[in-house]
Amino acid sequence: MTPNTWIQMGVFLLVLCALVKPLGAFMARVYEGQPCGLDKPLGWLERLTYRAAGIKPDQPMTWKTYAVALLLFNLLGGVAVYALQRLQGFLPLNPEHLSAVSPDLAWNTAVSFISNTNWQSYNGETTMSYLTQMLALTVQNFVSAATGMAVLVALIRGIRSKQTDNIGNFWVDLVRSTLYILLPLSFVLALLLVSQGVVQTFSPYKKVPLLQPVSYVQSSTNAAGKTNNKTVWVKHQVLPLGPAASQIAIKQLGTNGGGFFGVNSAHPFENPNPLSNFMEVLAILLIPAALCYTFGRMVGDTRQGWAIFAAMMIIFVPLMVGCVWAEHSGNPKLTALGVNQSPSGLMSGGNMEGKETRFGVTDSAIWAATTTAASNGSVNSMHDSYTPLGGLVPMWLMELGEVIFGGVGSGLYGMLMFVIVAVFIAGLMVGRTPEYLGKKIEAFEMKMATICVLVPPALVLVTAAIACVAVMGTSALANPGAHGFSEILYWASSVGNNNGSAFAGLGTNTPFYNIAGGTLMWVSRYFLIVPTLALAGSLARKKQIPVSSGTLPTHDALFTAWLVATVVLIGALTFLPALALGPIVESLHLWH
Amino acid sequence: MWSQCRPAIVVFVILSAITGLAYPLVVTGVAAVVFPWQANGSVLTDSAGNPVGSRLIGQYFSASKYFWPRPSATSPVPYTSYNGPLGDSGSGSNTGPTNPKLLASVQRRIKRLRAADPTEKGPVPVDLVTSSASGLDPDISPAAAFYQVQRVAEARGLPVSTVKNLVEHFCQGRDFGILGAPRVNVLELNSALDRLSAAKASKD
Repeated sequence: MTPNTWIQMGVFLLVLCALVKPLGAFMARVYEGQPCGLDKPLGWLERLTYRAAGIKPDQPMTWKTYAVALLLFNLLGGVAVYALQRLQGFLPLNPEHLSAVSPDLAWNTAVSFISNTNWQSYNGETTMSYLTQMLALTVQNFVSAATGMAVLVALIRGIRSKQTDNIGNFWVDLVRSTLYILLPLSFVLALLLVSQGVVQTFSPYKKVPLLQPVSYVQSSTNAAGKTNNKTVWVKHQVLPLGPAASQIAIKQLGTNGGGFFGVNSAHPFENPNPLSNFMEVLAILLIPAALCYTFGRMVGDTRQGWAIFAAMMIIFVPLMVGCVWAEHSGNPKLTALGVNQSPSGLMSGGNMEGKETRFGVTDSAIWAATTTAASNGSVNSMHDSYTPLGGLVPMWLMELGEVIFGGVGSGLYGMLMFVIVAVFIAGLMVGRTPEYLGKKIEAFEMKMATICVLVPPALVLVTAAIACVAVMGTSALANPGAHGFSEILYWASSVGNNNGSAFAGLGTNTPFYNIAGGTLMWVSRYFLIVPTLALAGSLARKKQIPVSSGTLPTHDALFTAWLVATVVLIGALTFLPALALGPIVESLHLWH
Repeated sequence: MWSQCRPAIVVFVILSAITGLAYPLVVTGVAAVVFPWQANGSVLTDSAGNPVGSRLIGQYFSASKYFWPRPSATSPVPYTSYNGPLGDSGSGSNTGPTNPKLLASVQRRIKRLRAADPTEKGPVPVDLVTSSASGLDPDISPAAAFYQVQRVAEARGLPVSTVKNLVEHFCQGRDFGILGAPRVNVLELNSALDRLSAAKASKD
């Protein structure tokens, strides 16, 4: 790795760390209902929404009401996304006259976007009208993110409140997350992205001439069974356009990841240069990282938030460096053919298959680790063509349960489940009643936390196993051998943890993959949200125990290390056997 | 449960209108005023004002007199950015590092480069024989451009130093000296080459 590689990683991490406190403090003000500086320009919209909907903002909900409101809202969103895709042929803002999306694909996409996964079985530019992109997909990018943030805030309230049945008002948390946090950030980022070349227009696709026309041979078979070969000349190129920047801004900030175009953030119209790339990759981790500080602020002890942030960083940084290193090492089989892969001032070098020149290996691998640490899933390079160990990093980051930053809100509430497990095990080891932030951790809390920690791995492994033995699963493979298995494992890990990135060679736009994937995304999102809210409700009812000499501190280095060990141990134990069959075997093949 | 139905519907409609209609419309409006060229695809024009392609979307070149771009995995031809509804669009090869298909493609590309310029025997810069993520990569590395200078100069009857100077002129370093990777925009470079050849022809 060159000095520039280290500098790029360092700059990224420094800027990220510098933004955690200011944004985290701002978000805490938003959730505490304190003035946040945007009340004047946007407050009227908030009040108007409550009045029109008949919401009393100061009326809190029990965890059950909170969950019902959340599920109803998400269900409604799913129906709307499905309907807009099926009806887009009759609706306006469809300059390319794209017809209705097929039912299984529309269902997969609807679940994918409401669950904040944003798995894409479709190509945006050939499948979705401008209206669908805006009114179906962009809307869900906002509200699925806001849903995750609301659940986190409800859990935080459960932790800090004393002997109450209430965990806050879902509608208030949803509306405030959207209006005061996601919307202003997206607006600024969208305009910055346009300035760099991301398209934003309602004009139809544009035809431009090619400097050098290209020909290809088209074979057709007539009724008599005779094959006809015809040379076709291509003299033009069609530039797909659309309101992309506004969607891409929230797709990164809301850890959604569904691209406006099929090749996602590798498309030059989504991510035109290294500066736009830097802004986008920063946006992916921005809110999940800052929420750690918001958490500390809201529980009244910022050290608690920093301890969790540190644990996430301790896992993230070595994995990111490992991914960059693996891609820099290149492909030994290409060196043997007479290919120069050494990095220099004149080229990025390394494993460049499936990567863009402007990003090189460094920015591609940083992105791959970032997008899978967060449950974003947008890609600026094709993970399927990564070296085996370079591809193992994003796969394992997802399999850890999307808790290393993770999705906005969902990453931190997922991590808090691991915190509860860690506290519980530590309590058993020293023979004390486990407690976290003054709340006793008892059987019910452990049950809920265990569901959240173990359901996704079980889903992922079982579904991957089914896809491996079913013809419907294996017929979609694009690569032979161990890499083919990696494609399926990556798919299951991605949908089973609401990430959405892919080893994209796997042809998943089939009824089997659309339906299985949709089910997995749905279960792994809502079967984690409901236990999390139940846990919040149970914690809220408990007494606050004062800190004593017997309290295990949860803000120091020892606890951070313990938390890291818990996450890594569970992740390694559940997935090492599967990873050994995929990327690890492939790596041995490649280098020996 | 029913008491949450009205808020669910009303909040959904209002948030949809704000984030799905008002927000993209306002961004489009501001973009159209402040960054109209970028917002509409960064389309380059010739001296007469006719479009010649987008600065951001690569084009395919196979003639000896042009610099060749990154290989592209799109169909039916390389650098197809959109081929109609239900048709093709940008894509990567998605071949894994041990896939025999990848090795065969790289071998074929090396052979083609060697055939086009038998004098160049050095190792080939990796980006010139591996397909990009989007299939629409507008850039090659400066190393990949310099690798082709000899061939292009010969095909055009231009001095090698002239072509080399042109490549150097179009070399872009990392952003702020730090971000990304060094690169050369192939369409801009090839358009400039055509202008250079035309100027030389009119002088002769």
